[in-house]
This record gives sequence, structure tokens and C-alpha cells, in this order.
Amino acid sequence: MSNRLLEGIKDGEQLKIAAAGAWIAENARNLEVLIDGETLREGAITRVDIDMGRVERLDTFGAWLLERLVRSFSARGCETKVTGLKEDYRALVDEIGGVKPEAKVAPPGNAITRFLASVGLSLVSVGHSFTAFVNMIGALSVALARVLARPRSFRFTSMVHQLDNVGWRAVPIIVLITFLIGCIIAQQGIFHFRKFGADIYVVDMVGILVLREIGVLIVTIMVAGRSGSAYTAELGSMKMREEIDALRTMGFDPIEVLVLPRIVALIIGVPILTFLGSMAALYGGGLVCWLYGGIDPDIYIQRLKEAISLDTFKVGMIKAPFMALVIGAVACVEGLAVKGSAESLGLQTTASVVESIFLVIVLDGCFAIFFASIGM
Amino acid sequence: MAGGNGKEVVIEVRDLVVGFGDHLVLDHVDLDVYRGEILGFVGGSGAGKSVLMRTVIGLLPKRSGTIKVFGVDLAAASDAERHAVERRWGVLFQQGALFSSLTIRENLQFPVREYLQVSQQLLDEIAIAKLEMVGLDASVLQKFPSELSGGMTKRVALARALALDPEIVFLDEPTSGLDPIGAGDFDSLIATLQRTLGLTVFMVTHDLDSLHTVCDRIAVLADHKVIAAGTMETMLASDHPWLRAYFHGKRSRAGDKKQALPAV
Repeated sequence: MSNRLLEGIKDGEQLKIAAAGAWIAENARNLEVLIDGETLREGAITRVDIDMGRVERLDTFGAWLLERLVRSFSARGCETKVTGLKEDYRALVDEIGGVKPEAKVAPPGNAITRFLASVGLSLVSVGHSFTAFVNMIGALSVALARVLARPRSFRFTSMVHQLDNVGWRAVPIIVLITFLIGCIIAQQGIFHFRKFGADIYVVDMVGILVLREIGVLIVTIMVAGRSGSAYTAELGSMKMREEIDALRTMGFDPIEVLVLPRIVALIIGVPILTFLGSMAALYGGGLVCWLYGGIDPDIYIQRLKEAISLDTFKVGMIKAPFMALVIGAVACVEGLAVKGSAESLGLQTTASVVESIFLVIVLDGCFAIFFASIGM
Repeated sequence: MAGGNGKEVVIEVRDLVVGFGDHLVLDHVDLDVYRGEILGFVGGSGAGKSVLMRTVIGLLPKRSGTIKVFGVDLAAASDAERHAVERRWGVLFQQGALFSSLTIRENLQFPVREYLQVSQQLLDEIAIAKLEMVGLDASVLQKFPSELSGGMTKRVALARALALDPEIVFLDEPTSGLDPIGAGDFDSLIATLQRTLGLTVFMVTHDLDSLHTVCDRIAVLADHKVIAAGTMETMLASDHPWLRAYFHGKRSRAGDKKQALPAV
């Protein structure tokens, strides 16, 4: 069937092409092969006659392929004539005849320069996100100063609503996870310390590790994944639907209306969650020490009192609000950087979580150096 | 399958009932669309024009009644038959519904790539041909939908609706949100495409100018039913109060003429 769509007969320097059947999208693949076969015909050809008389149906695909046939022969300097085209199809073929081919733009440079260019571009984009972050901190400070000057303008309801979302509703999952982490640290400690007969030092390890580092880290990583991503998605979809532009035109500062209440909610919520998480982890550790390590709860508490001081607790709690600020600011920066597409929303949300977890860990490292140097 | 006037009926809606909860939107609606015509479908806001369109193309469930497209009852058809019918229509959504994460080139090639196995070269060439048919050129191919203006988005969406050379196109308020010049251009574009491609066009619209200039027939939805279907002259001659309010209102051409010309 398919080879009857197009048949070429060469007669001296003249090529007669007879077309037939349905020149439509479904046959486009076969037709394309046949047409390319004709255009690659060897030998001198000066005249091409294309008889479209027996074509029953023609659509845009067929019309374009006819145009391609005509153009490639014309480009070879042949005199090309199309005959027998049904009147109904004349308008379509004329329309397609005006189509200009796309100018091909080759990507500049070779593979090495393109690779270097992409490295350079990603470095620049790291720089851009750093400036955007610093910008956000600056804008937040301005908004905060304005709010402090006129405390009534603070969006208290919005802040409470956000606090409910990121604080209260996060309590069950955070308590559960930190409890489990506490159990695991204690179990691993007992298992290995027992070889040296140093079981009791497990309590020191659990206490210091949980209060100084693990409690706050687990909580902030959870919050970054849970609430940071939500902030980015909320602000991002508002950006996509021009809601943020609408706020601006009404004379509101989006930072003050949307960002500040969210970040204040995080700064209040994260220390509370850190406290609850640390307690849950200590409780989990104690439970495992008792059931698995045979350390009596009274002894656990007694030992804990000796091992940790108020400083240990303060080290963890001081870090919490700073980490909350970093998570909130990164999430809002990324949310406001969303562009028109659904894909961009996904990319920015991913970037928000990855960046805030990374920055939280970097910040934790900086705090470790700081506390070590002031002797806490 | 021939209608009363001998033309082939491509969309046949009989006794269609559609509702949400206890709210009845379409109450025993009948409608015929003939091959090769441009049907303008009008009705008040919230009357259920888009609901009828979305029910015909299968996006909303119906309570009872039959919908036949190309003589195929879509509710009773097998998956393969349904796909064959869907392949023969194109839909222009009100907001364009271009895929925001794909470039214009990929948007236009997506349906073609899924349904037909053709070379990348032909895909590229056809994408440009379609763009030129809707009055754009190859320069927009690399752009993303969010970078286009409203009018361009509508044109690209129309080009995508036409990607597979459908026989029917459904247009949901194609000229809404366009300036009068852009809307006029879009109307003549639809008329040209209808002529060159032999399309059947089902157009939901509010634009009285579109109804006057490009529509062959007009169907009117009011009180949950199609209360009238026919040419512009039939509509203007009708005594139905809603039709009089719609076609002889302050914004209608008939209204203008009445003020400008003495009664004949």
C-alpha cells in the first residue's frame, strides 16, 4: 500500500512523480521516506512534474511534505511543476508554501568551552543565591524595624496561624523521631561501651550529644523539610498567580505581610520544638538504658546531672532561633524566585530544602568553633 | 448520519443531563453540529456552556443522554474507539493550558510525537508550519509559555490544538482577554483555518463580533436548555426575551444599527 503513495519514473532528464492515496498525518512517516528517496535520485534532472491528481486526502503534514519535495528539487535547479491538485486543497498548499524554515543556530564553542561555561554559570548562580539571601536578611531587618516602630502593623493573626502550622502540628512527628533517635544512640552506645565495661558513660554521651547537637539538628532538618518546603511552595504559587504583584500594587510590602510572620513563627516555634525534641530523645535514651542496658532510671538521672550542665543545654537552645532564621529566609527567597512554570516551582522547592539543610549544618559547624573558643 | 438539511452531523447531543450535587446544569439538552461549520455557542455566564463542551469532550460525567461524535457513542465506545475519536479533535482551553515546563516547540510536538512516528526533522518543520498558520514565526519556538503575551499564548494553544490536523476543534472563549484588534485577527484566523483545513469549529464565546463575523450558526443555552439554534438572522428575528436582550442589547450591533438607521 505505502509505496503507491508516491511513484517516480525517470524519463531522460525529466522526472515524473505520481502521487496517490491519503497524504495525511498517519502516512507521514512512509511518505517522508518515499519523498527523501526521490529527492536523493542520482543523475541529471532538469524537469520535475508532480501529479497530485489521485491524492484523495491532504492535510498539513501532506501539504508540507509536498512543499519539501518541491523545494528540494527547486534547490537543485530543476523546473518543478505541481499538477492536478484539487481545488479544495489549493488554499492549504498556498498557506504552507509561505512557511520559512527555521534558521539553525549551532550552540557556540566546543564541548570543553561549553563545560567550562556551565561551571561558570553555576558558580555565578551560587553567587546570585547568596546575594538574594543577604538581600532577604536586609529586607527582613527593614520590615522588622518598621514593625517595631508601629507594632500594631505586625500581622499577629497570620503569625499565630503559621505558628500553628509549623509548631503545634509538627510536635507529634518531631517528638516521635527524636525519641527514636535517642533510643538508637543509647542502644549503640551500650552495645559498644560494654566491651570496655564503660556502660555508664553512655549516659554522658546521650546527654551531651542530644542537648548540644543532635536534638537541634534533627529538629531543624525536619523543619526544613516540612515547613521550609511548604513556605517555598506557598510563596511560589502566589508568585506564579501574580498574587504577590497584587499585594505590591495595593501598597503592601510582601516581606512585611507574608515573609515576616512566617519567619517570626519559625523563630518562636523551632526553639520550642528543639526543647521538646531534646527531652523526647533523653527520655528514649533513658528507656533503652533501663530496658536494654540495665541502668536504673534513678542512676540515669543522677548520672545525667553530673554529666551535663546548664551550658550544655544552652548551647543547643541558642542555636535554634538562628537556624530557624536561616531556614525561613532561604525558603522565602526560593519561593519568591519561582518563575512562571510548574517545573520552576518544583526546582525552587528542592533547592530550598537542600540549601537550608546545608546551611543549617554549616551554621552548626560555625557555632561549634565559636562555643569551643569561648569555652562553653 | 445526515441532518435535516442534508449535511453530515459530526456531533450529536441528545437528551443530555448534567448536574453537580442537587444543582442541575444541563436539562435534556439537544444539539447538532454539522461538518465544516463554525458553530458559536452562547449563553449567560454560568449557564453551562463550558460544562456542555467539557461533557462532550469527556472531561465531565453526564447523568443521562447520549453524545455521539463522528457517529460514535462515546459512553459505549471501547478505549480504542475513544482514542480514535480523541485523535480527531483538538481543544483550545480558555487559559491556553500550555505545558508550562515545556518550550513552545515541545508543546507543539508533544501530541504529534505521541501519536505518530515521524522524524525529528519533520516534527520541527511541522511545528514551524503550524506556528506560521496561526500567525507566529519560528522565533518563539525556544520560549516558554510564561514568556508569551496573552494573544500569543492563545495562538500557540490553537496551533497545539491543530497539531494533529483534527477534524473538529473546540474553542473555549478564544477571544476573551484579547484587545479588539487581536480578537478580530483571531476571528479571521479561525475563519481562514476553517476554510483551508475544512475544520468543524465548536466555539464557546461571548464575543458578539465573533458571532457576527465568523459563525455560520449560533446555538443559545439558557434555562438549562438549548433554546435556539440557527443563523444570526434567526437569532435577530427571534422574540425570546433572553435572545432579544442578548442580541439587541446596548453592546450589540443590532442595537447600534437601530439607533443609527431609521426603521425600514
